[in-house]
Amino acid sequence: MDTQHATSIEQLFGYSQTLTDQDVREEIVSSIYQTTHSICKDVVHYSNKEKLQRSEKLDKILTSPIWGFPIMLAMLAVVIYLTIAGANIPSDAIANFFNWIEGYLTAGFKAIHAPEWLYGILVLGFYRGTAWVVSVMLPPMAIFFPVFALLENFGYLPRVAFNMDRLFKKSGAHGKQSLTMAMGFGCNAAAIMSTRIIESPRERMLAILTNNFVPCNGRWPTLILLSSLFMAASFTGGMKTFITALVVVLMVVFGIIVTLTVSWVLSKTALKGIPTHYTLELPPYRKPKIINTIVRATLDKSLYVLKRAVIVAAPAGVLTWVLANLYIGDTSILMYVVHFLDPFAKAIGLDGFILMAFILGLPANEVVLPTLLMGYLATGALTEVDNMSELSHIFTSHGWTWLTALNMMLFSLLHYPCGTTLINIYKETKSVKWTFVAFILPTSLAIIVTFLVNQIVRGLGLV
Amino acid sequence: MGLSNSIPLSQVKTGEMFQINKIQLEGPLKRRLLDLGFIPGAVVEVLQKSPLGDPVAYRVSNTTIALRKEESLLITGSLIRSEAHE
Amino acid sequence: MSNFRIALAGNPNTGKSTLFNLLTGLRQHTGNWPGKTVIHAEGALDYKEKHYTLIDLPGTYSLYSNSADEEVARDHIIFERPDVTIVVLDATALERNMNLALQVLEMTSQVIVCINLIDEAKKKGIEINERKLARKLGVPVVKISARNKTGINELLETLDQMADGKIATNPIQVTYSNDIEEKIAQLEPLVQRAVGDAFPARWVALRLLDGDKSFLNALKKRQNGVQKEVAVHGYSACH
Repeated sequence: MDTQHATSIEQLFGYSQTLTDQDVREEIVSSIYQTTHSICKDVVHYSNKEKLQRSEKLDKILTSPIWGFPIMLAMLAVVIYLTIAGANIPSDAIANFFNWIEGYLTAGFKAIHAPEWLYGILVLGFYRGTAWVVSVMLPPMAIFFPVFALLENFGYLPRVAFNMDRLFKKSGAHGKQSLTMAMGFGCNAAAIMSTRIIESPRERMLAILTNNFVPCNGRWPTLILLSSLFMAASFTGGMKTFITALVVVLMVVFGIIVTLTVSWVLSKTALKGIPTHYTLELPPYRKPKIINTIVRATLDKSLYVLKRAVIVAAPAGVLTWVLANLYIGDTSILMYVVHFLDPFAKAIGLDGFILMAFILGLPANEVVLPTLLMGYLATGALTEVDNMSELSHIFTSHGWTWLTALNMMLFSLLHYPCGTTLINIYKETKSVKWTFVAFILPTSLAIIVTFLVNQIVRGLGLV
Repeated sequence: MGLSNSIPLSQVKTGEMFQINKIQLEGPLKRRLLDLGFIPGAVVEVLQKSPLGDPVAYRVSNTTIALRKEESLLITGSLIRSEAHE
Repeated sequence: MSNFRIALAGNPNTGKSTLFNLLTGLRQHTGNWPGKTVIHAEGALDYKEKHYTLIDLPGTYSLYSNSADEEVARDHIIFERPDVTIVVLDATALERNMNLALQVLEMTSQVIVCINLIDEAKKKGIEINERKLARKLGVPVVKISARNKTGINELLETLDQMADGKIATNPIQVTYSNDIEEKIAQLEPLVQRAVGDAFPARWVALRLLDGDKSFLNALKKRQNGVQKEVAVHGYSACH
């Protein structure tokens, strides 16, 4: 090699490669480790070996063959139970508060002789849409996320990944998918970004396509509300909360089973391949700063819910009101849509209103329930909801049974991701095709499952 | 400890100590393992199996790292008597 | 007010993001699991008449380009050349964590080693002699607890002094096997001629010996970019 003249870095690279044929990396890293080892021996002093192993002792229980899975389920159940038990009271209080304000708003609009349509759009559409999203969404989310954040900061999530790894490996997916699923509990759109921690493109795609099967922030309250109104209807007090929580836990477990199954099928078909190797660090458990974590997670989540309520729920409320009050002939546009959707919706155990609410809820799952209520109120005898317990009357007066509730929960759990999530999927995959798959795959699954459930339950004469 | 009784890490039982002799892996995974402290000469303690038997958690360089069987099968070395260590 | 760019490097789960949030006041939730920072975050901090831009690099175990995260962190340190790089280490796993610090010290001398989670270490009976460590590493070492907000003033004070150029560092150099050292010695002058003084020659030589294609490509891309820029300005680097 000509060492007299400057060479390009590329030539130099080629030249360097001729100098060596051994595993240079292993030597480099070994030398670095030796250096750190000798430094640490001098500067780090361990006074209590016993204490060092506290995390390991805890792991002996939390990831044990016998207790690992039961504890995991129990943790999920406790988080959901606390959410349901704690959210009841504030939900009613907030709903009452909003009703009280609405009374003044109505009086105010009457006093200035505002036109009926303006009152409708602003109060019945904009205000109510926002108010419902806030009163239904805020309390459970302000409890769920702080508790979840405590578990997360404690260091439990990597243990979940450790426990579940075998199942993900069997279904051809990456073990870290359980971490991205945990993110999905908060927000599927954010979870799509978090799939970046999975390096293999194939397994990352699996994580992206199936993330929707864990219920997000916008869907938890729907699951909780329907479960409490219909599944636990015949129970009271603590038992009611317990049954509600149990049904929601079963929904989550069903979502996980669907995730694993869909991953397995995709691994055998469109996304063929074997899982790549990986390493998972189990960081030491750390006692979270309890007050700090709770205050911060509550504030963050509340702000987030309020922001979403104004940005997405308000327009949806206005739109729904307009659709319900614009008439062609003597039928409102809303009813045209409802009638059009009804036959198909009935086949999958829903009704035209519910399906319309899901369609209008494409931008954000939060608005599905409020839109549905608004649709029902625009047509039913009842035009006001004074408290949460009256909700069930609205549903039953529109022919709801526990089967309708079950199908709506299943549809909510399985259907297409919200608009924000789809946009993120497109940004991350840069592929229209895969974004479409991310839309059509869960949607088809939601339709098939609800159709089967509906037909089987009715066929057996259970309703 | 002669090289003759070299065994894969996957065969080491919970609670036992193991000294790495060779990492028979290639590419990014080998490099990742090196970065985590799985280097020839390093001592690894087998901490805990996950509930379904795989992966297994190991202590290496004062941290806990879980490996699947596919990887631990290709890390070879020898057992260390627990009395001999420390 | 002068502006300084500060990079935060560290292993995953060392509380790096907690420190970042504390310093910049940015509200970003940090959990206790590896690989949490998937999106590169930037924030601002003012201290003693100086304006700092903080860059929270992805948490990585190494900077040897085994993954996209590591490439991002490496490219930032080597090409963006932050004024100071703060390497955040977990006091409870100092040995594994320090490898990253040694790698960073091979790339730049403007480094502050920040030992975080010192409260956790204390609870576990781990004592760290930071003065001795600073002497060995040849750069300042500060012990902090980001969650308890201890040691932060000392860190900022050290940062202020390093930004002012008041701290002379003498970073430790890892000694490799004779064989590798010989080859480094042979390559170093060639590297200097090929890429100039813009990059640490010893480190580049090591990357070449290691056959690090990812770094080669990043460097070539960079050089092409620079040459184009030079050409536009009417200067030619070739003659």
